[in-house]
Amino acid sequence: MLWALLKKRLAQLCLVTWGVGTLTFVLMRSLPGDMAYRIAASRYGQDNVDSAAAELVRQELNLDQGWFSSYTSWLLDLLQFNLGNSLVSGLPVSETVAHQLGHSLLLAGCGILLSVLIALPLGTLSAKKGGVVNLVVVWFSTFTRAMPVFVLGLILILLFAMEWQLLPVAGFGTWQHLVLPSITLAISLAAVSNRVVHNSVRRVLRSPFYQFSRVKGLTEGQTFLRHGVRNMAVPVVAFIGIQLVSVIEGIVMIESLFSWPGVGHGLAHAIFARDIPVIQGCALTMGILFVVLNSLIDVLCYWIDPRGQQEQ
Amino acid sequence: MTEISYASIARKKKLKRGLLLATLVTAAAIFTATTFTDTEKSAALTKPTKANTLSISGPWEISSLDPSKQGYVLTRMQMIETLLNVNDQGVISPGLAVKWQRSDDGLNWQFTLRDGVIFHDDTPLNADAVVRSLTHAQRKHGTLNKAKITKISAINNHVVEIELAQPYAAFAALLTNYSNAILSPLSYKADGSVNALYGSGPYQMASFSPPHKLTVKKFPDYWGDKAQISFATYLTGHRAESRILQAKSGEADIVFTLEPAMLTQLQDSNEVKIHSNLIPRTMFVKVNAGHPLLSDVQVRTALSLALDRASIAQNVLNAPGSEAAQLMPSSMSQWFIDGVDNTPFNLEKSQQILASLGWKRNESGLLERDGQAFKLTMITYADRPELTTVATAIQAQWAKLGIELKVDVTNSSMIPAGHNDGSLEMALIARNFGFSADPLPIMSTDFAHGGGDWGTMNWTNTVVDNAIDELLTSDNATRSLALSQIIAKAIYDDKPVLPISSYSQHTSVNKRVNNFKFDPFERNYFINQMNFEQVGNQ
Repeated sequence: MLWALLKKRLAQLCLVTWGVGTLTFVLMRSLPGDMAYRIAASRYGQDNVDSAAAELVRQELNLDQGWFSSYTSWLLDLLQFNLGNSLVSGLPVSETVAHQLGHSLLLAGCGILLSVLIALPLGTLSAKKGGVVNLVVVWFSTFTRAMPVFVLGLILILLFAMEWQLLPVAGFGTWQHLVLPSITLAISLAAVSNRVVHNSVRRVLRSPFYQFSRVKGLTEGQTFLRHGVRNMAVPVVAFIGIQLVSVIEGIVMIESLFSWPGVGHGLAHAIFARDIPVIQGCALTMGILFVVLNSLIDVLCYWIDPRGQQEQ
Repeated sequence: MTEISYASIARKKKLKRGLLLATLVTAAAIFTATTFTDTEKSAALTKPTKANTLSISGPWEISSLDPSKQGYVLTRMQMIETLLNVNDQGVISPGLAVKWQRSDDGLNWQFTLRDGVIFHDDTPLNADAVVRSLTHAQRKHGTLNKAKITKISAINNHVVEIELAQPYAAFAALLTNYSNAILSPLSYKADGSVNALYGSGPYQMASFSPPHKLTVKKFPDYWGDKAQISFATYLTGHRAESRILQAKSGEADIVFTLEPAMLTQLQDSNEVKIHSNLIPRTMFVKVNAGHPLLSDVQVRTALSLALDRASIAQNVLNAPGSEAAQLMPSSMSQWFIDGVDNTPFNLEKSQQILASLGWKRNESGLLERDGQAFKLTMITYADRPELTTVATAIQAQWAKLGIELKVDVTNSSMIPAGHNDGSLEMALIARNFGFSADPLPIMSTDFAHGGGDWGTMNWTNTVVDNAIDELLTSDNATRSLALSQIIAKAIYDDKPVLPISSYSQHTSVNKRVNNFKFDPFERNYFINQMNFEQVGNQ
């Protein structure tokens, strides 16, 4: 069963790779504006972009060749696992993407971890206590979620970096630089995920099997650990998995506020510059990551709750 | 036999826990002690720390080590150097070449190289290295191609000769540009692309994480003033908000290109000093003089009269006095016309001119003539944040005349592209006339013979064309001055571009940094001349 699931995912992976690559190729080619000028502007800077630069770029990159021949050469390169070089910097795309994706994964990982550490106790507490506690948590979650993540980041910078001077404002390279962006990300993610935890915990707490285990004499702690956690985990794990995927690609604002060299920011700049190999490289890697993470979450959920398979 | 009791079990547990804790604490202590002494011993020279690193923040990305691309960051961080330099008066001064002379016919230039210059890979500077670097630069995008070079050769180990097909008076100025920096031959791959950067500046590469961060360390064998600060980092800060906070918190020692509107946040800080310096950059409106609405010089004059430059300078740019109605700032004295009124704002006169040309307001308040409304599109770009706000200020000021101006914020490359396909109507741009020491190369490509990408468009003036052609070959200073004045005056009178203001660059410098010096040509940060207050002067 597990093997069948993985095989299905593998086929999906190949399809996603081809589909994402082709789609980005078509979309980028149909954007308005002359590619050569866009690339020249990013390469040489605003003070030095002119028609001569654009012409040089056009000749060097052979931009006048038809779409079909450039598409086939891209596809052939892809089959050899070669993503090409950036049109702007000339560096290999794999290097660029690895550098950016590494930073994104680090930030996303820390952010998710912190958000779980915030959301689990908060959600459980609000489900168990209910009443005023729940009301406060709901109010706080809505307030945080409604605030743009950019503002949240600025507030944290003003407090931790300006007022108390504990952490750096922006940049990367040391663990201190990771703290503020991770906390910003974690708070905004936990604002939603604590509600998912809350619902899941409430569902289990009210279920007959849970109440029966209390009746048969187990303490509250024992009941929670033996009968509660596993049952509560499935929706929470699935939700956090979805969050993780969207976070890797969707934290452009945090990346640009904290000067963090992530893939979201890199992708946005590559699109401005019409740097097609980088766009394709980023989109491909993220597509693959999406499938891989989804498969991991599936396997994890399968391990937590194997009932679905047994019934079949 | 000992009796087992709860008390004894608890004691044993406590003992075990205590032992475990003690081991952990000892391990942690040993680890910290070794790391700490390690860093203490060698930190000064091997590792960048806050105390030994000058941290610089600016808005420009650095994605390549090729001087022809983002070489401006590399010369500013003092990693690479050019044959000739330019001082803050705009006068060309020796760089890697100590002497330069041109032949009487202006076709032959000889450069004598400085002795004792060593590249970062420990190879010495010689004529072959210069020939190789310039030959590569010639094949790439840069200023060198503005002159028609026929041959670059080494006369001997110390002298390089460059032959031109036709005289080019500003040739020395071209060589001050970053794209013509001299690198060690080992820097290049066979195809001319840059493999590893070995320059000759007082700082050498320590680490590079494109496109955000560049760290340099001091080069002990530098030929000139040796650096005092061990490391310097350049970090790209995309958001003006983040950069101003970095300045305020002391995290960045020097922050370049601060947004004028945010300067008040730093003004009462004790930690930071703000330097505002005029640079040879002018903000102007590029006008398509071939456009049916704009071909008449009277219309362009009316548009110019309706611009309240003084209030833009004061309220939008936060730099009162920077308003300008002529192309070049006073620092470019050769091209500066004395006695020009910088604030020729006169809305009434402007309205009269347009009325005399038959433009009348329709019922919705818009100007109209023969059923055609006065509608224009002006493009600008977001690389310099003040351009978009100034563009909307112009939009509001011309609306008072009854002109509907659409502002389109796009990529900077749309200006040369729009110039080339003729679709451009107007563009608000900021042009750097200090790109090479002399504005002549820019004037000759952008303002003569029908204009160029970043200058006039569909505008021809034979007086200007002839004067620029003569200027390119002239070696007589008095004659050059007269010609430059003729050109500046003709552009001012004919208004093929509408200047708005000259530029002030705002820089914040932390109090711990001594000897900060600003280069109006934006070629050099002069890090090697700086040192830190109190600690960290290694």
